[in-house]
Amino acid sequence: MKKEIVVPEIGESVAQGIIVSWLIKNGEKISEGEALFELETEKATVTVPSTASGVVEILTAPGTTVKIGETVARIDTEVGPSAQPAAETNFGEKKIPPLPPSVRRIVEENRIDTNTITGSGKGGRITKADALNAAATTVAASTDNAGKPITIKNAAVSPSEKVPLTNRGQTRVPMTLLRKRTAERLMRAQAQAVYVTTFNEIDMSNVSAIRVHYQENFEKTHGIKIGFMSFFVKACCKALKTFPELNAQVDGETIVYNNTYDIGVAVSTEKGLIVPVIRNADLLTFAEIESAVATMAARAREGILTPDELTGGTFTITNGGVFGSLMSTPVPAYPQSAILGMHAIKKRPVAVDDQIVIHPLMYVALTYDHRIIDGKQAIGFLVSIKDFIEYPDKLLLEM
Amino acid sequence: MAEEKKYDIVVIGAGPGGYCAAIRAAQLGFSTAVIEKRPTMGGTCLNIGCIPSKALLDSSEYFTYALHGLAGHGIKVGSVLLDCASMMARKERIVAQLTKGVESLLRQNHIAVLPGNAHFLNSSHIEIDSPSGKDVVFANRAVIIATGSLPAVLPSLPVDGVTVVDSTGALSFTEPPKSFAVIGGGAIGLELASVWARLGSNVTIIELAAQLLPGWDSQSAKLIQRLLTKQGMRVITGGTVIAVNLNDNKAILTVRNGNAEESVEADRVLVAVGRRPWTGGLNLGGVGIEPDPKTGRVTVDKNYMTSCDKVYAIGDLIAGPMLAHKASAEGVAAVERIAGKAGSINYEAIAGVVYTSPEVAAVGRCEDDLKARSIAYKSGIFQFKANGRAMAMDRTDGFVKVLADTVTDRVLGVQIVGPNAADLIAQAVTVIEFGGSAEDMARITQAHPSLSEVIKEAALDVEKMAIHAPPVARE
Repeated sequence: MKKEIVVPEIGESVAQGIIVSWLIKNGEKISEGEALFELETEKATVTVPSTASGVVEILTAPGTTVKIGETVARIDTEVGPSAQPAAETNFGEKKIPPLPPSVRRIVEENRIDTNTITGSGKGGRITKADALNAAATTVAASTDNAGKPITIKNAAVSPSEKVPLTNRGQTRVPMTLLRKRTAERLMRAQAQAVYVTTFNEIDMSNVSAIRVHYQENFEKTHGIKIGFMSFFVKACCKALKTFPELNAQVDGETIVYNNTYDIGVAVSTEKGLIVPVIRNADLLTFAEIESAVATMAARAREGILTPDELTGGTFTITNGGVFGSLMSTPVPAYPQSAILGMHAIKKRPVAVDDQIVIHPLMYVALTYDHRIIDGKQAIGFLVSIKDFIEYPDKLLLEM
Repeated sequence: MAEEKKYDIVVIGAGPGGYCAAIRAAQLGFSTAVIEKRPTMGGTCLNIGCIPSKALLDSSEYFTYALHGLAGHGIKVGSVLLDCASMMARKERIVAQLTKGVESLLRQNHIAVLPGNAHFLNSSHIEIDSPSGKDVVFANRAVIIATGSLPAVLPSLPVDGVTVVDSTGALSFTEPPKSFAVIGGGAIGLELASVWARLGSNVTIIELAAQLLPGWDSQSAKLIQRLLTKQGMRVITGGTVIAVNLNDNKAILTVRNGNAEESVEADRVLVAVGRRPWTGGLNLGGVGIEPDPKTGRVTVDKNYMTSCDKVYAIGDLIAGPMLAHKASAEGVAAVERIAGKAGSINYEAIAGVVYTSPEVAAVGRCEDDLKARSIAYKSGIFQFKANGRAMAMDRTDGFVKVLADTVTDRVLGVQIVGPNAADLIAQAVTVIEFGGSAEDMARITQAHPSLSEVIKEAALDVEKMAIHAPPVARE
């Protein structure tokens, strides 16, 4: 008899988890109560014991996201001593209609369990579009071969992928999975959305003065330096409340307005640009924002961000200024509809009260999806940001 | 007065739409009758349309190949002569065989065939006028009108059946006309032009629109124009016949093309400017059905029911392409819906075919259509001349083009100009029906050597991954 092994209830409000690793090989015998697999949820990583004795048939690959109650293995309890090892692990190939060739490829390349895909094709078949969408949502939750908690570092490159083929002055390097997926997502987003970028410049004098004046005390009080990011995040949250379309997303023919302000802050790492999300940024204090940014950045560079920290953002701030960029046209992080780009702060001559003075200025760029955001809103948003940064008292006084 | 006959379903017209509806009705257990005014079954398609034209197209193709193509194979042929009467007799034999076949199917399904002209007394009583008198039939569940269409007329150029003919006439010439003018560059015009050009006529095709096959993929239309011209036909696009002079068994047409005018002389003229739904003599007005005054089409709901309860219409009478297979599918779907089942048709997956040489076939949307609707798409194309089977067959003209959605890669349309396009298009129809992607078409293995490989390579070309074409620069 084959007993189904399901993902057990871990705690309330935990609906899914990721199988980190199997603690027994496919085809081996296990006793009831013996440790079978490791499951990572947003709360904790737990070791799940087997609920039967017999020969294990693993059905779901490590790194796959599974739902509570989902069958992930089978134990053949009626097995004699000379039992043959179970067949090679299939990534969830159960009773489903035959998969089209494109879907077979995508599902295998992205290690997707086809049981988690709802087919929109004829008779519930999984179409290429369904598979592509499923692959897109696993980009942030990149899987890892070694079975450790999800790491961006490990998922990006496996040793065999980096073999360069040299040919007359060129070196060909296959794209890493991360880069391939990033490229695919960007292309797909670009094909559907209509991106326009609007620019403005911000006089950073006031906010710089505040920083300088309060820096020592702030650090003493809160244990973290005050940077520009907290001002920008606060300003964005305020402006997003006035211009809700910039915090919205397109879903087919529906506009989905997000009522939370989960701001992604782009961080550059060796492997590429990562965008951890600061949840409910509108509810955080300046110190909390600075702390979150610093923590996320550190974790991103170490490659230990969890999927939860990387998905679900509603708006993103990126900063090319750290590399010296003066002006740029950033691309929104699909499926978000807008992105704010900060740039290098440069001292420039400006006219203030008809006098020429030297002030530190920053160009800012806002790229937005013109399908749901009009020029007026985009420009208005950017002008608001400029206003709040140039006159931070307005943030304080909630003007 | 003969006694009234009662049936569950009465079908008016035994063409592809009507006879398929009748057979499906019988399968579902309805007592069924078909009223047909023609002595033979099969409607326009079997008697004066699809079948006779295909018979002549194949016969004439063999003739022209015997004349010009066999030598290339190392086959020396003496004089190749045409026995037009025999060619026509063969055509008639095939038509007879098929119409008798339909008759037999109707009989085996116990479907009553009632000869004569039908008209509505009311929505469930139909009077049939035949040489043997008048009969009335009563339809208990439904009446399905499947009376089809007739060739459209040009008021300036009425058909006299001798010099000026419609498609029916052009299918029965006793010998190839010396010069033949075809007004209308749609499927019917091009097919009949091809038949007689191959058999020796001097053919001029005059089409009003800027391309042949208006509404079809413009790349296909351009290619077929070039190939028909190479085959010796003269093609005038953007041409209007503004005057006709009929005398002495000859026609002199004045054709205006932009600012220029020219005279086209022809022994025979074919008027092939489209077809119009035929509802004459039915007394539709008497049951409250008003066909559209401009198009002649009857409006129906999604169950194929007209504005009159329990009266249905299908095929050439209603909206959509005037194709036999569409009518048949609708006949079956209408009957299934009458029976409370869910018969339906995917109109996006109905192929159209032109039986020129090479054949032209298409399913789904074409590029011109996608561009006009600003739908983002990617395309792949592959030529038959690069295909081994096509080379062996000496049929290397043409291409397969695959259009796919930019984001989802779903196949939106496929166009084929080439040998056996009518059969090859079936693969595309299947993929479209199952919502498949260009990548699916590209990864499905095709037998080698076969014409189907051209479809595979065209699908591969959507992502510029065709194996049998020179590499494309990839950014």
